[in-house]
Amino acid sequence: MKLNMVQALNQALAQEMERDSRLIVLGEDVGLDGGVFRVTDGLFRKFGGERIVDTPLAESGIVGVSIGMAALGLRPVPEIQFLGFIYPAFNQIISHLARLRNRTRGRFPMPVVIRTPYGAGVRALEHHSESTEALFCQIPGLTVVVPSDPYDAKGLLIAALRGEDPVVFLEPSRLYRADKQEVPDEAYEVPLRRARVVREGKDLTIVAWGAMVPVVEKAAAAAGQNGISAEILDLRTLSPMDQDAILTSVKKTGRALIVHEAPKTCGLGAEIAALIGEKAMLQLEAPVVRVAGPDITIPLPKTEDYYYINAERVAGGIRRLMEF
Amino acid sequence: MLQILNEEGRVREGLEPALAPDDLRRIYALLVTTRAADGKAIKLQRQGRFGTYASNLGHEACQVGTAFFLRKEDWIFPYFRDLGLYLTAGYPLALYFHYWMGNEAGLKTPEGLNLFSFAIPVASQILHAVGAGMAARYKKMPLAVVATFGDGATSEGDFHEGLNYAGVFKSPNVFVCYNNQWAISTPRAKQTASETISQKASAYGFNGVSVDGNDILAVLSAVRDALDKARAGGGPTLIEAVTYRMGHHTTSDDATKYRAEDEVKAWEAKDPLRRFQRYLAGKGIWDEAFEKAVQNKADDDVEKAVAEAESRPSAALEDVFAHTYAAMTPQLEDQLAELRGTPREGGR
Repeated sequence: MKLNMVQALNQALAQEMERDSRLIVLGEDVGLDGGVFRVTDGLFRKFGGERIVDTPLAESGIVGVSIGMAALGLRPVPEIQFLGFIYPAFNQIISHLARLRNRTRGRFPMPVVIRTPYGAGVRALEHHSESTEALFCQIPGLTVVVPSDPYDAKGLLIAALRGEDPVVFLEPSRLYRADKQEVPDEAYEVPLRRARVVREGKDLTIVAWGAMVPVVEKAAAAAGQNGISAEILDLRTLSPMDQDAILTSVKKTGRALIVHEAPKTCGLGAEIAALIGEKAMLQLEAPVVRVAGPDITIPLPKTEDYYYINAERVAGGIRRLMEF
Repeated sequence: MLQILNEEGRVREGLEPALAPDDLRRIYALLVTTRAADGKAIKLQRQGRFGTYASNLGHEACQVGTAFFLRKEDWIFPYFRDLGLYLTAGYPLALYFHYWMGNEAGLKTPEGLNLFSFAIPVASQILHAVGAGMAARYKKMPLAVVATFGDGATSEGDFHEGLNYAGVFKSPNVFVCYNNQWAISTPRAKQTASETISQKASAYGFNGVSVDGNDILAVLSAVRDALDKARAGGGPTLIEAVTYRMGHHTTSDDATKYRAEDEVKAWEAKDPLRRFQRYLAGKGIWDEAFEKAVQNKADDDVEKAVAEAESRPSAALEDVFAHTYAAMTPQLEDQLAELRGTPREGGR
């Protein structure tokens, strides 16, 4: 059936909850309201308030109680309403969730999947457009996942829910209803820690994720008109990232462009560029180029487009890389 | 404030919890062992055989009293100053010492023991205990979940969030605050303008009670009532056990810098062990011979635990990497190989 990303995520949750009674969804307005983006729509009626738990408005609480639930063998799926509201829970994530397995030498693993929408381009209020994924990629023990289409959204979420490690599952709010795609009715896994070649090419590699994937696809199609063959890699799992996929592609094309909407400095692009510098330097035809958000607070809607990366900016990056 | 044993060890009629003589002997032995182990830990720290260590002196009745009535199925979410609780819950002392000697393996709770690894970030464990309580209700398990913390923790946001959730979800929690008057150098009066810590519970819609934390009978009695209530579906309770941190905050702290000697002296007179000893003497359970036997056994147990803890090997290099994720990642494999000095063929 053709589904948008919200419907695909909803189906993944419903099917996994049906399969495994240890799954509990909790968060603000996830019950009757179905979540502010409707990802949990209908689940309350299906599974009841015991498993779709509306919590008080307290993010540290949402993650903190999830940890305690996991200690007793449950598999909580907390929702944080927006990535920009996750920071009160940051202590629980960095100090406990990510490291309890290590602290207790495997006695208390934490199979907890934190779902949260992220990213700009939806004309939202302040704090609703954050793309701070790199903060989470610096934390040992965490897995950070970002889908870029409905098929991957369902399969990656199911893989995360069946895994044994804590996951921060970032859902690009701009893509929630952007497009419909054929999604299998049955449950399936898209493996974590594996990038996807979205488009094969031979002249350059573009590494992107989440809402930037359709943007770079547009830019790559335009470059194709000019005879430039761009390969696109959708990272899908940002940490631990699929280094092999990046290096294989860059060694083939000899050029790398990294695109992310997060601020440039210490963004994930820096890590990817360093990886390429360490491991594929001699195969490079040109220095690595990053097209990223500027190091400013993301502006409010009227001027959001000054910040947001569109296909033209990506095209500029491709030109710089090819004209070197 | 509930007090059953006064400072002279005299009991208030009608409030004495029913405890068999063997239970009373066991409780006394746990108090004595806790003190012996704590004193030994500080000596070992001075000799460089322990890392930084948080003293438990003065908290023995709070800790032992909190854990004594716990059943096997109940859960505990302790904090970093909980030696007596660990001992009472049946945690191997050697394992506990192994942790303080600088080894994560010491926090690997033995299977079958429902004791979560203690939290260092203050108050963060309160939320874990509430989540465990919520999970117990979901799984229809009639058990209680205990969280312990100090008075400083009550200023943290996680204290508020945790007690608020507990009230809303009627979770089977017993929150025990060891109000030891000091959070490092910050006195209780600067921590909150509330007259008592227990009164905070009423804002969350459940009961709070203050007890004399140096009176083990009061702690035992309040905790037992709260555990029974929690297991029966009656929801959470906040217990404030009023005590005093007789030692420094940790071995890295010097409390003489910020608090008066007189204050410490005044609390010495309220010592929880001496008080309970007098009570036992009044019952004909305690005498010099019993004291000697208990002390000898405690010292013996502590020495054995030290020897065992020190004989445990530190983790191997591989072990330091092995528990970050359920399975090793290629990145970790590479970094491990690099530290070993044997970079992997074709390694990234």
